[in-house]
Amino acid sequence: MNIQLDKHGRLKHFLSIEGLRRELLVDILDSAERFAPVGERAVKNVPLLRGKTVVNLFFEPSTRTRSTFELAAKRLSADIMNLNIEASATSKGESLSDTLRTLEAMNCDMFVVRHQNSGAAEFIANQVASHISVINAGDGRHAHPTQAMLDMLTIRRAKQNFEGLVVAIVGDVKHSRVARSEIQALNTLGVAEVRVVGPKTLIPSQVEALGTKVFHQIERGIAGADVVIMLRLQNERMQSALLPSAHEYFQAYGLTERRLKLAASDAIVMHPGPINRGVEIDSAIADGPQSVILQQVSNGIAVRMAVMAMAIGTQAIAGAN
Amino acid sequence: MDIDVNELLDEMSRNLAQNLSDAQCENPLFVGVRTGGVWIAQRLHEQLGGDGPSGELNIAFYRDDFSRIGLHPTVEPSNLPFDVNDRNLILVDDILYTGRTIRAAMNEIFDYGRPASIRLVVLVERGGRELPIQADVVGMRLSLKASEHVKLHGPDPLRLELYKAKP
Amino acid sequence: MSLCLSGGRVIDPASNTDKTANLYIDGGRILSIGRPPSGFSPAQTIDVSGQVVCPGFVELSAHLREPGYEYKATIMNECRAAVAGGFTSICCTPDTQPVADNASVVEHIKQHARRARSAKVYCIGALTRGLEGNVLAEMHALKESGCIAVTNGDRAVADTSVLRQALAYAASCELAVILRPLEHWLGREGKMHEGAVSTRLGIPGLPEAEEVIAVSRDLILVEETGVRAHFSRLSSSRSVALITRARRAGVPVTADVALANLLYTDRNVGAYDTNFHFYPPLREAKDRTRLRAAVRKREIEAICGNHEPHDADAKATPFSLSAPGISTFDTFLPALLSLVNRGVCGLSTAIAAVSQAPSEILDLGAGTLASGAPADVCVFDPDLQWAASASNLRSSGKNTPFLNQTLRGRATMTLVGGRVVYSLGS
Repeated sequence: MNIQLDKHGRLKHFLSIEGLRRELLVDILDSAERFAPVGERAVKNVPLLRGKTVVNLFFEPSTRTRSTFELAAKRLSADIMNLNIEASATSKGESLSDTLRTLEAMNCDMFVVRHQNSGAAEFIANQVASHISVINAGDGRHAHPTQAMLDMLTIRRAKQNFEGLVVAIVGDVKHSRVARSEIQALNTLGVAEVRVVGPKTLIPSQVEALGTKVFHQIERGIAGADVVIMLRLQNERMQSALLPSAHEYFQAYGLTERRLKLAASDAIVMHPGPINRGVEIDSAIADGPQSVILQQVSNGIAVRMAVMAMAIGTQAIAGAN
Repeated sequence: MDIDVNELLDEMSRNLAQNLSDAQCENPLFVGVRTGGVWIAQRLHEQLGGDGPSGELNIAFYRDDFSRIGLHPTVEPSNLPFDVNDRNLILVDDILYTGRTIRAAMNEIFDYGRPASIRLVVLVERGGRELPIQADVVGMRLSLKASEHVKLHGPDPLRLELYKAKP
Repeated sequence: MSLCLSGGRVIDPASNTDKTANLYIDGGRILSIGRPPSGFSPAQTIDVSGQVVCPGFVELSAHLREPGYEYKATIMNECRAAVAGGFTSICCTPDTQPVADNASVVEHIKQHARRARSAKVYCIGALTRGLEGNVLAEMHALKESGCIAVTNGDRAVADTSVLRQALAYAASCELAVILRPLEHWLGREGKMHEGAVSTRLGIPGLPEAEEVIAVSRDLILVEETGVRAHFSRLSSSRSVALITRARRAGVPVTADVALANLLYTDRNVGAYDTNFHFYPPLREAKDRTRLRAAVRKREIEAICGNHEPHDADAKATPFSLSAPGISTFDTFLPALLSLVNRGVCGLSTAIAAVSQAPSEILDLGAGTLASGAPADVCVFDPDLQWAASASNLRSSGKNTPFLNQTLRGRATMTLVGGRVVYSLGS
């Protein structure tokens, strides 16, 4: 049994792509398409979640993800409260369970959770009262399912469907929750091939078991690819023994115009942001015609609106029955 | 039940034309509520010889029963391909019952801007209003029990079905 | 008091005994199996027919949590839980607060254990001060105060030169050293075995090399220093290969495996089940297969439970933040029997691995029903079904994957030094 779903298979929590059917992922994408025009109107919100309370529960600092969830909630007319837990309760020795109890007592409807530990979102979903939905906004190295789905929306808008696509994910796959969720989403949606590309120090053990082909040379890894997803390289990786330097990383794995020519001629280039120009990707590519990086950002709001509305909707049905 | 929808539409378009000319209302914009209202709006728009696009409203995001039914599966989003500010709108729906759909539709219209006026046109008006809403132009009035329902099938041909709800 | 346990299936691996017979006990010692000495008439006879009578179990690694972590468990309570699980001797680890790196902590533990009047408790002292891996612990004083061995437990000694000195010094003190092989730098971040499961779950991995490198290093240092060494809780198939090869080359080392590593693999972690957070980690099916074969062939002599009782909060947290280990005293026997039932090894081999072998490894003079041996005896019903629940588990730690499961096999009576310290239902 998947704790993300209610007994009718409807989305109750959104914690991970793993275990979700293709139809459900397509539902999320279709719903997102319906929410997308809301942001283009004079009044950019709809009263769907009026009276509902969403808590952004961030145990790890994040500005971008937190603000897109905040905007998505506001466009659905939900009330939103931002809680930066790292700086408050847990540093005073309050346990995670205590924090959750306290928030439950405030009658919230949804927790959007980011946590530095893998599995934290599942843990929270198992702990909270049954009327609360939990959305995973990134847990450790494990999953970042809304990011993966906004990337899927971006790919579908550019390529119409997933069949036959070759997708290359380049960079620090080992520490990337985005990559794990993308790999699962791409395979569920039925692309032809998912490749992971990077030095052995940044590719996790037995990643083939997730349904990927491993490449250690970018030239071979992106050859013929329809979609090239560049991952962000965290600065702290430079301080460990994983890589010699940012300069060398760009030399070996940076996406340049010359390398992009090896991909399909209509290949799109994606990046979850924020971009390290000149480390993962050449500025000319990031700002070039094949880049869909800014579309990813606006798609992010629509996907998050869709997921929030679906999950709170499922809980509303459960509450009404 | 056999009702000639085309006959109703002819009469509705005559009444609507009269209504508009009485009020000296020119160049109105048609907005249909998905799905039946869109079909009726298109037909009336054609019969009145209008050109330009009609708007389509999908009120799924404005329903007041979200807390009971969750996110309603809908096919197409709302599309108002014009600026509604200071324009006269003709809001079209197939059945006027509780009035909640029209309430939701007007809420949504106001999120696009501030129209000069809104007229309500419906194919069928039945009893059971829960909100103070009434139509300006009505194709036919039916007096139905709560267990009886009427549904428009379409778009071609348009056909009204009267049925009893399953207990 | 003299006693006869009559009609049970007596299994004593040390004397190759497995037969239905009476066991006679007098003066706290085993008198004989089968026939009583002439003229002997027991004051009491207890009918144990249909049950197994074997040496009491010896736990090589018990975290009794006292002093310092009494909110997890106390010596008094855990000693009683131990005998209810069939254990008669338990060796407690030095990772208390303060650490058992000095005689006064050892004295404190011994005092509390005496008050419990149940299982025999043996102290394992710290190898380095505070288990910090920098300065040697006062091993001579530890030995004087009764420690039977020293260990750095699950805390790696990062500095190989410190480890080398510590082993040399322990050898001079004629103290056995228990080594949990761990290469500090490779083992620093990991929370579970590095492999397909850790990749899927996004949990930092403990590579197999973390243990295998340490086994190789430690074997070289053991050979060089001549210390009496025991390897605790091997988890990888390659470690087993290294140990057997060293032994063939004449290095007198012994080894044990944790029961969990014989039962489970990393797949059991499933969806972040903190009851499968183990240290050493559960590894892959090939490792479990090799470890099982090693027990069957007695390449690994002993099986330990590694009893780690925890408070509920220690496990009610995301996986990586949870405390490793499970509470084992209550469920060790049925879990061991499940291995026997699955054909992993024979019953006699299993009993030897949890009584005779650990006793011999630390020279405790127990683990056998030979005449003259201390009457530390476990009587169990191998077919008794029971449901483990938070209320009937005697250990303070309810952190076990067996909670709320039906188990088969249970200790019905435990004797320490000829005294009945536990009897089911009373």
